[in-house]
Amino acid sequence: MNIVVLVKLVPDLVEELEIDSSGATLDTTFMRMIINEPDEHALEQAIILKEREGGEVTVLGPAIEDIDGVLFTAFAKGSDRLIKLVDGFELEVNNHALARAFTSVIRELNPDLVLTGVQAHNDLDGSLGPLVAEYLGMSYVGYVSGVTSSGDKLTVRKEYPGGLIGEMEVAIPAVLGIQSAEQPPRYVAISKVRQAMKTATIDEQTLTELDPSGGPTVSQMFQPQVGERAEMIEGDIDQIAAKLVELFGDLGVV
Amino acid sequence: MGDNIYVVIEHLQGQVSEISYVMLAAGRALASGIGGELVAILLGHQAQNLAGDLAADRVLYMDDPALAEFTPDAYQLALAELIKTDTPRAVLLGDTSVGAEVAGALSVRLEIPLVSRCSSVHAKEGTPKFVSQICGGKIMAEGDLPGPTALVTMVPGDFKAEEGQSDQPAEVTSIPAPSFDDLKVTLKQYIEPEVGDVDISTEPILIAVGRGIQQEANLELAEELAAALGGTICASRPVVDQGWLPISRLVGKSGKSVKPKLFLAIGISGAPEHVEAVTGSETIIAINTDPAAPIFDIAKYGANVDLFELVPALTEQLQGS
Ligand SMILES: Cc1cc2nc3c(=O)[nH]c(=O)nc-3n(C[C@H](O)[C@H](O)[C@H](O)COP(=O)(O)OP(=O)(O)OC[C@H]3O[C@@H](n4cnc5c(N)ncnc54)[C@H](O)[C@@H]3O)c2cc1C
Ligand SMILES: Nc1ncnc2c1ncn2[C@@H]1O[C@H](COP(=O)(O)O)[C@@H](O)[C@H]1O
Repeated sequence: MNIVVLVKLVPDLVEELEIDSSGATLDTTFMRMIINEPDEHALEQAIILKEREGGEVTVLGPAIEDIDGVLFTAFAKGSDRLIKLVDGFELEVNNHALARAFTSVIRELNPDLVLTGVQAHNDLDGSLGPLVAEYLGMSYVGYVSGVTSSGDKLTVRKEYPGGLIGEMEVAIPAVLGIQSAEQPPRYVAISKVRQAMKTATIDEQTLTELDPSGGPTVSQMFQPQVGERAEMIEGDIDQIAAKLVELFGDLGVV
Repeated sequence: MGDNIYVVIEHLQGQVSEISYVMLAAGRALASGIGGELVAILLGHQAQNLAGDLAADRVLYMDDPALAEFTPDAYQLALAELIKTDTPRAVLLGDTSVGAEVAGALSVRLEIPLVSRCSSVHAKEGTPKFVSQICGGKIMAEGDLPGPTALVTMVPGDFKAEEGQSDQPAEVTSIPAPSFDDLKVTLKQYIEPEVGDVDISTEPILIAVGRGIQQEANLELAEELAAALGGTICASRPVVDQGWLPISRLVGKSGKSVKPKLFLAIGISGAPEHVEAVTGSETIIAINTDPAAPIFDIAKYGANVDLFELVPALTEQLQGS
């Protein structure tokens, strides 16, 4: 099976996020971008499928920040081909623009299956998968946590709330939005990534124009203030623990 | 026409999903702000009874065997024609396993804009607005709802489900279904979740562990605390994805909603997908090293410390008391 995996980079939420002076966008000066976590699951699912059924995995990402690192890591994990989309990308490119950019490249690759993360935490104009699927004229199923293939059909496990699974049959070619891979994403040692940097090549595809139409325009960003913030318990560790024990008593749980 | 707000009703296994009522409440705020009608769209098969408590001005009901259960292709086909001819000002769908994929396809197919992860839609001086919750709940993004018809996917938060329920049934109009030949996705079966050893949705004391716990072996710390407190362990998604706890212990959008007396969140950031399922808790206490963690926005009490220091100390004091 010929599989294409789409990856997107998103702000690392471990770092503090700042809004820039325009008030309408994130300040990217100190922002660290990392691979979207569900995309890591999409990559894992692709490699599992390849190991099970043969084929080739191509990973595609926009050329921003450390995309090379992300792609070489994907190679070290077992993917075969790396492509980055060059030009015009700003950190805040919207998904409609990204989907159109990806689509032109995916068409050339003629895949049986396109996998991407079901969503990213900074999606403002829908998630990438359904947009790409519709541009390609393929079916889409999202919230997927398991894929098996049989000939020209896939059987996928689609997640509904409460752990309910809808088992769906999907004709290929198709795009799937992966929620979780069948197994947790594998770990690769840094030494293997370094080796990939020496042996693998990243193809570049140059794009002309990124068109953001289809997404909203943000006029203002702010940090949420839902009611009051928690009452913070201060002190050293033992004092905090003692205060908590007292609180548990007040709540009647001990 | 152009001022009406459509809400696509989600239902699963014969039950209207809570997000549908939340959307009706939000849709009402928007519709009354711009002087339009609130219209519920119900797609299904022999499902007209589901319209009974929808707080809408009208219900448009499309019946077809192909709509008996949700599949993305059938929903997309059903909605595309309707939206194209009626041109409502906005169409609200859930930011869920149902709404999210339908909205994306419709945006491309009909060439109309899409705004996702919205916690609110409303009107300010007659102008429709959205508020979207991004970056794991750390950032809110606000703007004018794009036109002429905006697709909106909604997350729970700002509106209460009860406000979308009514004991006066709205008028139901049947609308014709398009042809559903050649669907490429079919539902084979539902697989019910495995029943766990405990039902976390009814447990009174929950110790919830998140990625801050770092490794499976460290779960023992939380288990000791739970034993000392007489509570039950549950978790955020990354912990369950690693296989450290079964899905029956998952709290959140894809897991269970909980309403304990005490919800003690340890090393959980408070992403919207997690938070939406814990707000029914009587008291939330959070332990997190990140002072900006969104979990502190919903917790009553917080401790901004390392769980690996606090949890053992807390267990010890509880055992001693
Ligand atoms: C479609 C979809 C559905 C989802 N459904 C769910 C769901 O049902 N339930 C769910 O939980 N998630 C769900 N998620 C995932 C969700 O988006 C978040 O990724 C997840 O909730 C984050 O889990 P976390 O808080 O444990 O991890 P993180 O966000 O990584 O947070 C870890 C926290 O631990 C803190 N920490 C680290 N070390 C320590 C320490 N030593 N002491 C104290 N604190 C520490 C950090 O400051 C951080 O705040 C879903 C995602 C998607 C895309
Ligand atoms: N060097 C690495 N290369 C690729 N992925 C990594 C690397 N280090 C960590 N990860 C990812 O992080 C996860 C392990 O995280 P943790 O369990 O927090 O150590 C794995 O699932 C990997 O996907």
